[in-house]
Amino acid sequence: MKHLSYSGEEILETIQMVRTEQLDIRTITIGVSLLDCVSASTETLCRNIYDKVTARARNLRQVGSEIAQEFGIPIVNYRIAVTPVSLVSGAIPPGDLVRVAETLDRAADALGVDFIGGFSALVEKGMTPADTALIAALPDALAGTRRVCASVNVGSTRAGLNMDAIAEMGRALRRTAALTADQGSIGCAKLVVFCNAVEDNPFMAGAFHGAGEGDCVVNVGVSGPGVVLKAIEAAGAVDFGKLTATIRQTAFKITRAGELVGRTAAQRLGIPFGIIDLSLAPTPAEGDSVARILEAIGVGQVGGHGSTAALALLNDAVKKGGAMASSYVGGLSGAFIPVSEDIGMIQAAEAGAITIDKLEAMTSVCSVGLDMIVVPGDTPAETLSAIIADEAAIGMINKKTTAVRIIPAAGKGVGESVDFGGLLGRAPVMPVHASSAERLIGRGGRIPSPLQALVN
Amino acid sequence: MSKAIVTIIGSDRVGIIAGIANVMAEANVNILDISQSVIREYFTMIMMVDLAGASASFAELRRRLDGAGEALGVKVEIQREDIFQAMHRI
Repeated sequence: MKHLSYSGEEILETIQMVRTEQLDIRTITIGVSLLDCVSASTETLCRNIYDKVTARARNLRQVGSEIAQEFGIPIVNYRIAVTPVSLVSGAIPPGDLVRVAETLDRAADALGVDFIGGFSALVEKGMTPADTALIAALPDALAGTRRVCASVNVGSTRAGLNMDAIAEMGRALRRTAALTADQGSIGCAKLVVFCNAVEDNPFMAGAFHGAGEGDCVVNVGVSGPGVVLKAIEAAGAVDFGKLTATIRQTAFKITRAGELVGRTAAQRLGIPFGIIDLSLAPTPAEGDSVARILEAIGVGQVGGHGSTAALALLNDAVKKGGAMASSYVGGLSGAFIPVSEDIGMIQAAEAGAITIDKLEAMTSVCSVGLDMIVVPGDTPAETLSAIIADEAAIGMINKKTTAVRIIPAAGKGVGESVDFGGLLGRAPVMPVHASSAERLIGRGGRIPSPLQALVN
Repeated sequence: MSKAIVTIIGSDRVGIIAGIANVMAEANVNILDISQSVIREYFTMIMMVDLAGASASFAELRRRLDGAGEALGVKVEIQREDIFQAMHRI
């Protein structure tokens, strides 16, 4: 045994994680800067964007498929993140923003990637005319493209909350829902409203390539709720010290696998490696659920009392294991709790066991926020804005990223459900509070940055 | 040095080592080490191989091993060694 330096147990554990516990690389995302694509001619801007994105990411699928074969770990998605479009669209006519979105869609199609993110604006402090134009273009851009993902950052701990932008986003959601009504208002599933958005997140729909990033970067998102679930089940009725140790060790292994894949991909693509995002991202597949982990920890059904505590320990243990495994952990890194993409969440929502209020509480201890929640189509824009404001306030005060991806499904009410298909899953329509937030949202202006911002 | 680990899982029978070793020899892949044991109730054979002089690509080797495994009634997996180094060593 002079060459074989791993035990059979270790080798089988890795194989089993992939074969039966759904360990996979959720996404390899190439970030591409568009700052050098800028032009006052819409045609030139679009051509520059198309040429740069397709040139930089041309080998992504090929390299990914080779790596998946060689390491025996599936790579589920390939994605592109670009510079927030409003940073490069300032000189073109406001009405041409949709053409930029269409260009991104064509580039994604040519590359064979499922999503391209970055039809975005960062407006936490205020809006430039380009930001205003981009937000105005969101409904048409999301309805007219398949693969383009959009995001708007409406607040931060340093800047406070831009309530004018939050008010506008409520209306943008309603219009987007109406324009994609024939597909369950799917346009809203591709639109994220952030507070404290991160610049190197590889996960969709919120990925964009931050202005502080280099020209091109490879970021990797790993996942593995199934692996963590199996490890917790195998550990049995241990106390919290042993339980968190089990989660940490599992997170360590997952992160290491992801980092190896990311570094190898970066090397073969000739693009610098950025970060690994260690997020427990569920899929609608049974056994790939974050809700099931909380239930394995001991919560009766997700949404019940104890859910927030269980999620807090899970999120923290995942980060500790991941931080030990890689020098460059970044992105969102935590547990995701989308409703429509997690079978345990879907069941809890259908049973009325989990509410938007409980989900909001849970988002204060995990990444990222109110995610893939379907609400009645007649929810007033001001109510949607107030939901966004609540979530953004949690992010602002707790110095963390929060996001809202909420779908006011046109024509649907409580008791009905929406099926988006694929990774986006399905969800029942969840009730919102009936009281009006019109006066709150109507005030306008900014909520000042909190005391937490004064750290210098 | 480009090493890989080949894992063969299934029930023990005559000719498994020979069958797999034959695929390796045809692709000019050197077998550095072999061990076999029963792990978690599975008969498991693990080979460390050196791909440095391989005459077939990784994808082609994987395809041939899949074929040999099917003929022998066992599951064959080939993975670069780095993945085990990354996941199981600090």
